[in-house]
Amino acid sequence: MSMKATIRQVDSVMVVDISGRITLGEGCAQLRELIRDQLGKGNKRVLLNLADVTYIDSSGIGELVSAFTAVSNQGGQLKLLNLTKKVHDLLQITKLYTVFDIHDDEAQAISSFQKA
Amino acid sequence: MTSEPSVVEVTLESDLKNLEVAEEIVRRVAGTAGFGEESEHQIEMALHESMINAIWHGNKNDASKRVWLRFEIYKDRLEIHIRDQGVGFNISEVPDPCSQDNLLKVSGRGIFLIRTFMDEFHVKYLPGSGTEVTLVKRIDPAQQPK
Repeated sequence: MSMKATIRQVDSVMVVDISGRITLGEGCAQLRELIRDQLGKGNKRVLLNLADVTYIDSSGIGELVSAFTAVSNQGGQLKLLNLTKKVHDLLQITKLYTVFDIHDDEAQAISSFQKA
Repeated sequence: MTSEPSVVEVTLESDLKNLEVAEEIVRRVAGTAGFGEESEHQIEMALHESMINAIWHGNKNDASKRVWLRFEIYKDRLEIHIRDQGVGFNISEVPDPCSQDNLLKVSGRGIFLIRTFMDEFHVKYLPGSGTEVTLVKRIDPAQQPK
């Protein structure tokens, strides 16, 4: 199953609901394109909802880092929502858990952008 | 005395589309060996990362080349051998992706994940033939089928 992403706007935040696989190839390319597109439109508050991500590999983790850096470099914020146990464990193992702002409640995640 | 292993051998075209084929095979093999769900996922990820290394770095994404997989199920462990047609790499030159300098790098986490998830990881260059990576995961006796 390849990656699927749908985007919805909540207040000033672009919430991206991602499902499937974020892996080398199509999944990573789709995510990269999506972030580039949002930044191009001036949307610098991005919340990636990973609840339905079934598989992420080292390239997918790298793509999350790349997205985080790209948004931060534009003066924006990229946060993560609803990590599965597998993704949570991978971010802990790779010590990226402290790099990302991670939430498990969408309303709180949205309001954390407002405070920023 | 070590008993003879059960062996599964597969040859795949060096193409990223075969990643999911390899994952399906390793899930079945790991299940047969008696691993639990978490170990199964770790083995699957380690094979996935090894396949990417073989296809992308070893075989330079050349679909005319091949990747050979050999799964050996012993009573106490699963050994996976992944062979490509590349010239190998030096493990000691692979940087630590968790160091502060590398934390925000986009790539370089594959070998680290393999090492984290498996009990043993070996790389052997076979002159004129390619590179063989060996992954070993020991079977927790408590998880073995009766």
